Amino acid sequence: MATATETGRATGDRRLGVLLLAAAVAAAVTLPLVALVLGALDAGDSLDLLFADTTLDIAFNSAALAVGVTGFSVLLGVPLAYLTVRTDLPGKRWFSVLLAVPLVVPSYIGAFAFVYLFRPTGPLQAALAPLGVDSLPSVYGLGGTVLVLTLYTYPYVFITTRAALKTLDTTLVDAARTLRHTRWEAFRRVTLPQIRPAIGAGALLVALYALSDFGTPQIMRFDAYTRVIYSAQQYDLDLAVLLSVQLVVVAFLILAVESRVRGSGVQSDHPGRKSAPLRLGRLKWPAVGVCLLVPLFALAVPLGVLTLWLLESQARVAPSLAFRPVYAFNSAWLALAAAFLAGLAALPVAWVASRRSAASDSRAVNVLGTVVERGSYVGYALPGVVVGFALVTLAADTGDLYTSGVVYLPLLVFAYVVRFLPQAVGSTRAAFGQVSPALEEAARTLGDPPGRAFRRVTLPLVLPGVLGGAALVFLTTMKELPATLLLRPAEFDTLVTHLWSAEKQGYYGQAAIPALVLLLVSALSLLVMVRVEGSDVE
Amino acid sequence: MSNDLARGTTDTAPSDADAAGEHVADRRFADRAAVLELDGVTKRFGETTVIDSLDLTVREGELVTLLGPSGCGKTTTLRLIAGLARPDEGTVRLRDETVAGGRFAPPEERDVGVVFQEFALFPHLTAAENVGFGLRELDDDDRERRVARLLELVGLPEKGDAKPDELSGGQQQRVALARSLAPEPDLLLLDEPFSNLDVDLRVEMREEVRRILKEAGVTAISVTHDQEEAMSISDRVAVMNDGHLEQFDTPERVFEHPESRFVAGFLGHASFLSGDVATDTVETGVGPVSRDVVFGLAPEYDGTAIDVLVRPDDLRATAAPDHETNGEVVHRRYLGPTVLYRVELDSGDTIACMHNHADEVGLDERVRVELTADHELAWFPRGEPRAL
Repeated sequence: MATATETGRATGDRRLGVLLLAAAVAAAVTLPLVALVLGALDAGDSLDLLFADTTLDIAFNSAALAVGVTGFSVLLGVPLAYLTVRTDLPGKRWFSVLLAVPLVVPSYIGAFAFVYLFRPTGPLQAALAPLGVDSLPSVYGLGGTVLVLTLYTYPYVFITTRAALKTLDTTLVDAARTLRHTRWEAFRRVTLPQIRPAIGAGALLVALYALSDFGTPQIMRFDAYTRVIYSAQQYDLDLAVLLSVQLVVVAFLILAVESRVRGSGVQSDHPGRKSAPLRLGRLKWPAVGVCLLVPLFALAVPLGVLTLWLLESQARVAPSLAFRPVYAFNSAWLALAAAFLAGLAALPVAWVASRRSAASDSRAVNVLGTVVERGSYVGYALPGVVVGFALVTLAADTGDLYTSGVVYLPLLVFAYVVRFLPQAVGSTRAAFGQVSPALEEAARTLGDPPGRAFRRVTLPLVLPGVLGGAALVFLTTMKELPATLLLRPAEFDTLVTHLWSAEKQGYYGQAAIPALVLLLVSALSLLVMVRVEGSDVE
Repeated sequence: MSNDLARGTTDTAPSDADAAGEHVADRRFADRAAVLELDGVTKRFGETTVIDSLDLTVREGELVTLLGPSGCGKTTTLRLIAGLARPDEGTVRLRDETVAGGRFAPPEERDVGVVFQEFALFPHLTAAENVGFGLRELDDDDRERRVARLLELVGLPEKGDAKPDELSGGQQQRVALARSLAPEPDLLLLDEPFSNLDVDLRVEMREEVRRILKEAGVTAISVTHDQEEAMSISDRVAVMNDGHLEQFDTPERVFEHPESRFVAGFLGHASFLSGDVATDTVETGVGPVSRDVVFGLAPEYDGTAIDVLVRPDDLRATAAPDHETNGEVVHRRYLGPTVLYRVELDSGDTIACMHNHADEVGLDERVRVELTADHELAWFPRGEPRAL
């Protein structure tokens, strides 16, 4: 029954103090959104822009992109998930890791590699010319963008579907078979309805990613929201503001649907009971081939192209674009600052989120707790290009500070915290959730006042989760592109911006080192994720 | 079941039954100092009153069990005593010091130890570090000695370096017990201490925990919904229902002389024989019962209707010639060593009786039910006593 802690007025004050701290964090991270809304009110004169043909074109482009990427991700992710969970596929464990890896690779690296390989004057064209192939289908535009984004986002569907399939009670399928259903009918009528919410949740995350991604459409010259916002912020602020608002509204809608879908999964009475896996028989090796093909495109192609660049790079170095270690150093300390701040800010928010609904709390306090928790997740819905742009407009209001450029780096770190705080909160919250409130109560009955009980019992137990969350923020920050491009001071380069300018000017060789470092960072972030999130990989 | 039978009739036994009794075990503690006094303690969660004006006194060295169905408020009572929750009304006194009601002392200032239901061992500390957690004032040597002594007391002298997840359920409980005893609390609280253990282990640990508590000489309050557990470990049992204290007495008296139909039904299987009080006997569906057998039946109940409490082993159903039968077997449950019968008496009462499977009667058979109890029976009036 009553598990709520509600001891004494001192504790009540402490709860309130933490809640206010968490509220301050939530208020801070919603600042870009507020700046955006204020900007939109200012741009009221230009509302007709909303219905201009170009705006509608952009909306249509983005919708096509989101639908295409989501559709192909489901077509790819669900069968792969089924293969790695419910069949006798050889090397299932190995594949379940390999097939999730593309998620942590920045899609702009993939986009670079594909554009390089398939562009009209690229190596593939050169190789095929003697065979009488005059021109390849264009890599630019919708097709290429959908291809690349699908390769790096289908793991969302793969992972959520796998999780659902693993907890599915397979005796239900057996029951359907004894009721005269073929395997396919049983899948359609028993399995599919139960994993549908998971597929839906994964698909919505894919759609959100496709809409928010800036690097891929930019490189592949496809006019989605993010690309147009990026260029518009240089010549038409009102347009950039209005497009940003549109994009954020869509993102919020997607997240709202996602959070409803996620909760609606069917729970069976005996989760995880396993009957014998489906025997693939003669299809075994073709199945292995399919499972290899996807990572071949998503991982081996970029890796091969980068190696090619690295070998070539020594030949033609433009001195201004030569790689310098300071870029890596800049990336690292920015990411460290962001990770430290996000980890710290996550503590009160996660505490409020996991220790809510104590009986002693008034309704108002509970409502505030919910608002705080939701508020801290606002970064999920804000595409990086929008956060960067909103903070640029905010910085412009600081006058002298803006012109002198002092505000840029703090703002950049702040942008990272806004974007990636949800990762830190998620991990820290899960850690708090693992610590039963009874432990702190036990410490109290053994003579520890609240502060000391927290320090001696709860803190040591949640610390791994807090550090894991901070590590994730560190690694994701290293890879962040749009906000970094928008908010970095002049002459300030990180791994990502160096990669970006080298590619833009066609000096691919110079992009090899930063890109390979970023791939390494990606691999590390997967490792951290597996550790922090208890791993779906087993 | 007993609640169904009791519906529409008076629910509490007359108080003179109480006065007639001898509180043998109770007397052992009666002159000892009170360790805990609850006075009119009330606790609400929102609109729901979980504990309603509860009075309870626990004396030095006693082992008291709060017994009741889930949701009756027993765990909340424990939390109020520990200072983990705050009463809305009433006072809590520990050794004559008011700790709730007026001023509120937080748990760390109360000298109350708690063994939590899931044991709440700190997973990042070893068994010895868990036991030593509350001994911060002692210097290292003293603490080490005390931890060793307590691990000895709970029978785990070798396990000091083990982490909680390396210990079995029973061992975890022993460590939890040692940890809560280490600071020598005035009062020890145990929240459903055996519910997390396997059935086999439960009985063994009951005896063991009682031994340890008695050896440590600590005053303790345990909470359970298991009546057998309550009976076997406690000096006194406090039966709670719906936020009220129904009866607070020795296990024997609570079982044999329940003061309410709820207590009668909650402790063991209870059936009620409706009877009319005559001069020397009570007329029931199993024939006349001597007044001597009915416990403390006062003259003012002459000529009134009462319900006599019978347990399954108080009755016996046998096959008999048709004219001697008084009921029909309507349900039969085979329990291995014994068989439980439900018999619908011709008088309208339904009673349960249990006997050895050697003397078997079949379902739907007419039987003769006899009262074979060799002890006094409790009873409940159906209406108001007649004014004399």
